[in-house]
Order: sequence, then C-alpha cells, then structure tokens
Amino acid sequence: MAGQTLYDKLWNAHLVKERDDGTALLYIDRHLVHEVTSPQAFEGLRLAGRKPWRIGANIATPDHNVPTELVERSGGVEAIADEVSRIQVRTLDENCDEFGITEFSINDVRQGIVHVVGPEQGATLPGMTVVCGDSHTATHGALGALAHGIGTSEVEHVLATQCLIQKKSKNMLVRVDGELGAGITAKDVVLAIIGKIGTAGGTGYAIEFGGEVIRKLSMEGRMTICNMAIEGGARVGMVAVDDVTIDYVKGRPFAPNDGEWQLALEYWNTLHSDDDAVFDKTVVLNGADILPQVTWGTSPEMVLPVSGIVPSPNDYTDPAQRSGCERALQYMGLTAGQAITDIKLDRVFIGSCTNSRIEDLREAAAVVRGKTVAANVKEAMVVPGSGLVKKQAEAEGLDKIFLDAGLLWREPGCSMCLAMNADKLGAGEHCASTSNRNFEGRQGFGGRTHLVSPAMAAAAAIAGHFVDVRDWI
Amino acid sequence: MKAFTVLDGIVAPMDRANVDTDMIIPKQFLKSIKRSGFGPNLFDELRYLDEGQPGQDNSVRPLNPDFPLNFPRYSNASILIARENFGCGSSREHAPWALEDYGFRCVIAPSFADIFFNNCFKNGVLPIVLAADKVNELFKAMYADEGFTLKIDLAAQQIVTPAGEAISFDVDSFRKHCLLNGLDDIGLTLEDADDIRIFESKWQQKSPWLFREHGV
Repeated sequence: MAGQTLYDKLWNAHLVKERDDGTALLYIDRHLVHEVTSPQAFEGLRLAGRKPWRIGANIATPDHNVPTELVERSGGVEAIADEVSRIQVRTLDENCDEFGITEFSINDVRQGIVHVVGPEQGATLPGMTVVCGDSHTATHGALGALAHGIGTSEVEHVLATQCLIQKKSKNMLVRVDGELGAGITAKDVVLAIIGKIGTAGGTGYAIEFGGEVIRKLSMEGRMTICNMAIEGGARVGMVAVDDVTIDYVKGRPFAPNDGEWQLALEYWNTLHSDDDAVFDKTVVLNGADILPQVTWGTSPEMVLPVSGIVPSPNDYTDPAQRSGCERALQYMGLTAGQAITDIKLDRVFIGSCTNSRIEDLREAAAVVRGKTVAANVKEAMVVPGSGLVKKQAEAEGLDKIFLDAGLLWREPGCSMCLAMNADKLGAGEHCASTSNRNFEGRQGFGGRTHLVSPAMAAAAAIAGHFVDVRDWI
Repeated sequence: MKAFTVLDGIVAPMDRANVDTDMIIPKQFLKSIKRSGFGPNLFDELRYLDEGQPGQDNSVRPLNPDFPLNFPRYSNASILIARENFGCGSSREHAPWALEDYGFRCVIAPSFADIFFNNCFKNGVLPIVLAADKVNELFKAMYADEGFTLKIDLAAQQIVTPAGEAISFDVDSFRKHCLLNGLDDIGLTLEDADDIRIFESKWQQKSPWLFREHGV
C-alpha cells in the first residue's frame, strides 16, 4: 500500500463514518466564528430549537466590520458609526452570550482578524480540523491542520453536529525548491504559484505546500502561503509539521499544557506526507526564479514580476482570456505595454489575514524607516492583524517608524481588504495592497487593487509608484 | 429549503469567466443579519450605474442598460448560464441567497469554485457542470432565440432544449436526494448522533488537549 499524504492522514483521523452514497461525516475540532457569516446560522439554531454540540469547540471574534480609526473604535460596539455594521457586531456579542461561546470582543486585546487570532492563541493547532465561515480559513493549514472555509449553512451544521458532510478532495503537492533571492517573501511565492496554476488550478484539490523554500519559511510566511490557497482554487492549503511549527505553538494560551505536551508531540510528529505518498498532481517551482510580484488585473492570476509590462489582449489565444484581459485593462485604467513600475498609486494598504502579522509589519517598517510617503499617495494605512500584534509592534517601535514616515497606524481588523468598514478606495484609485483579492470593487466601488508583499507595498508608498524592493535593501 | 424537481424557465447569460462572489453580491450587503432580501442587489455593481447601499430603494437607481439582466428578454429568467470558475473567491453564502432571491434556481457552467458549488445545494439552487463546448452551444442558442428556455429535470438528470435535445448531467447522489426532497441535512446528520458521540469519545482519549475547556 502506498504511503499517505498529510491530507490523507488528517482526513482519516477525523472520519466519523463513510456513507453508502460516497459522502463522509468528518469531525470538526475547531470552529472559528465572526460577525458576517454567523448571524443566520445562530438564527437557524434558534428556529430549530437546537443547541451547539460542543460549546468549547467554538471561538468568536468580530473582524470584518470593526472600525480601525482610534476614536470610533474606543467607544466599543455602540460607537460604530455605521448602523448596519453596529447591529452585526452587536448580534455576534448577543449570540455568543446566549450560547456561551468564548468571544474576543471588539476592544479585547486578543481581538483581531480571526485567521490571525486562531494561531496566535494556540486555538488552532497541528492535527486539528478547523473551519470558519470564511474562505481564508486555509491559513490555519500552515500549522499542519486540515482547515477550510464553509458557507453559513455549514456554520449552522457544525454548530449543531460538530461535523460536516464532505467528499474527499484530490491531493496536490506544490513544491518550491531551492532558495529565494534576497527581498523575496512568502507573498511573492504564493502569487507566483497562483500565476502558474491559475485561479481554478487547485479546484477540487487539497494543496500541500512543500519543498526547501517552504521548510525555511517562518510560521507567518507559511500562513501567508496557505491563506491564498483559495485564490488558487483550493479550499485547503497546508504545510507539514516540523520544528518551526512546534516552536511556534509552544506556550500559547490554548496550546496543550505540560501534562499533555508530550502526547501531542507524538501525534504531531506524524503529520507529514509519507515518502512514498502519491499525489494526484505535483507542481514544481524553483525559488530562485521567483521575483517580486505585482498583480495588474482583476484576478489574482493576473500577476507579473515587478520588471514586467502590462499584457495586451493579443497576447492570449483563448477568447475568454482575451476578453478577460480587455475588461481588466479597462477596469484598471491600464494600457498594454505599460511598465508595472509606471503604475502610480493613490493609496497603500498594509494589513489583512494574508499579511498583518508581526513579521509582515517588521518587513514593511524596515523599508519605510527614515523615509517619507510620496506626495501623490493620499493615504497609506497599516492595520495590524490583532490587538496583540499591535502591542508587539508598538513595543518594537514599529508604530513610530510608520507614523514618522507618514503612514497611518490603525486598530486591528479586516479593514480595507474587503472594505466593509469605513476604510475603502475611491473610484479609479490605485492601491498597493498586501491583501488577497484584486476583484472589481473589492476594496471599494471602482477601486483598483494591486496585490503585493508588505515590503513591496511599503516601497511603493515611499516611491509613489511600484519599484523593485530589492533595490532598496 | 425549497425542493428542486423540474424547472422550466427562461435562460439568461453571465458571459464571462471567473465571476467571483464579490461580483455576485458586493460586501456592503453582507452586513445584513437575514437570509433573504439579497435579490435586488444581485450583481449590483454591474446591474446599476451608481454605488449601492443597504436599505436603499433600488427601484429608483439608474440601471446599466448594457447589462443583460436588465434586458426585457431576460426578465423572469430562472436559469443562468455562465463560464469557467463561476463563484470563485469569498465563501459568502449570500451569493446563492442573492441568486435564489432574484429567481435563479439553476446555474449552468463549465466549472464552479468548490465552496460556492457546495453552498448552492444548501439553498435549493442546482449548479450544473457541462463541458465547455456544450455550454458554448447553449450560449449560442440562447442569443439566437429571444425567450430561449430550458427544462431541467433533476430526477432524470437531464436538460431538455426547446429543440428536444436531451443533455444529461452528473449530480452527487446525496445532494440530489436532499435537493429533490428539500431536506435539511442537519436533521439527517443528527440521525448519526450516536456515531458522532462514539467517535468523539475515542478522539478525546487520544487527543485530550483538544477538549480542554479554556476559561476566558
């Protein structure tokens, strides 16, 4: 018998039963809850007279709607200016109170973007099944967990049954060999992967990211990579457990205590694909070939190295791709043949579940230290991923570096990644953003998003247009 | 959930690849704590010329005259045909809620994003995968014939064209069963509650740290 992949192992460990119709009941260890995709699920429970199956499996925090501006934020839920947002955040509080679910509420120092908070608290651990009503849940796969996004009906299903009805995905290995050049980060790696496989390349697969480059990444870097598995079409992204994982988890508030630590380690040390495991598909990239990446279009696969030029519809033979390129150029206000470095920026956003952890902020601060945001950039905003990231950054003086350079230093939340709060782009504005989606209107009606790494966003804020950050380090 | 048995309806186009769920229902409408009422804001940024806000009277907003769903010929459409990777991006179930609330009960495309595909089945919306050339033929036939309809028979797993051509499609047997009968799958899963408890107790013995209660 061939060996098992990491995904096979995690799947088998959580399999409650397989049914005759080919579906499986999979047990869920951790359910993360936020304010946007949960209210209808709690309402469903109430209407059916059901209770959560295992209260302790759920952890909640508001993130999508919360204001990041200090004055509005200081007043808590009742001070949220947008009434509809206020009701949604308040509804999460009420539901958590009613059902007894642990919540890191709006001004708790542990509050933050749910995908930053989970690992930070040790609430998501190696070997767990982790779900959340949010497509970026694959982030937690960086810990060697089986993690994926679900819809609201499934949020209700998990609350009520602690299980999901699933069909097993196929196995894909994305291997990044060799070494990264100086100044190249995890974000560049994942954008390059998406550029190679396309936004539907991972559809139907669970992706394991491996190879020397991934092994050398920090946990933060691995989270950035797994976070964007969904932008490559895969619900699940994961990385095998190693010493980096174990060192990261140890001592976190929800991690196993001393008495259970050895037992946990024994299990976690098995969480890697066997040498003779068989993948349905393998994709290989060479780390040395990866350059700083910038998206030019309205899909994450529309990505180029910073040295590139904006493509022409004539570069594509496939009619759907050609019309997609035409539409993207029009929406983005770009001309075929234009150099990426000639794209001028109106705003810069450093944050989101992809890139708002301490390492990301350090990377950005190192670039802007002692410099000043360009005059044509109306606003450059840094939004830490959680209250604890913010505290750590302030202890290191990063807030001061950002403020001195003319960037804004905000309160934690999802912010301008999806612009459900007051942080958004105006129509036609170009933004260098460390977030994960450059879809039409994503960061604001008519807004034009370019996805980049924190270092590239920071350099763009200073230069006022895209530059190769490798020239700055 | 509304059962889905046989649907005979007008077909409308969404003729572009990679339609994401932000496009299907923009984020400002996700602030609602309800499951219904999203139909007027389906494809909001394409359908209207202004920026939509929750709670607005949509009947007075300027319509985009170039967007097909605003053409009289597609009014009352209940079947949407689309291109590759429909429903990619955010996991928001508001996307199928908006489609269903607008009146779409079926989406036909060469491929769908996984989470969206799954969410459709929970809301009485049938996503059908057909080969790209087959979808292309449907687009052509629809553009050529104002009032073009299709008949979708879920039990028989068949799409019947006005010309009488029958196109068969695949659907997972469990999802088909739930959709045909309008079943709540939580109720079905709870029939296996004993199995879940047995699993849980073994799993707790093996991984006790996962079951530790944390005071906050």
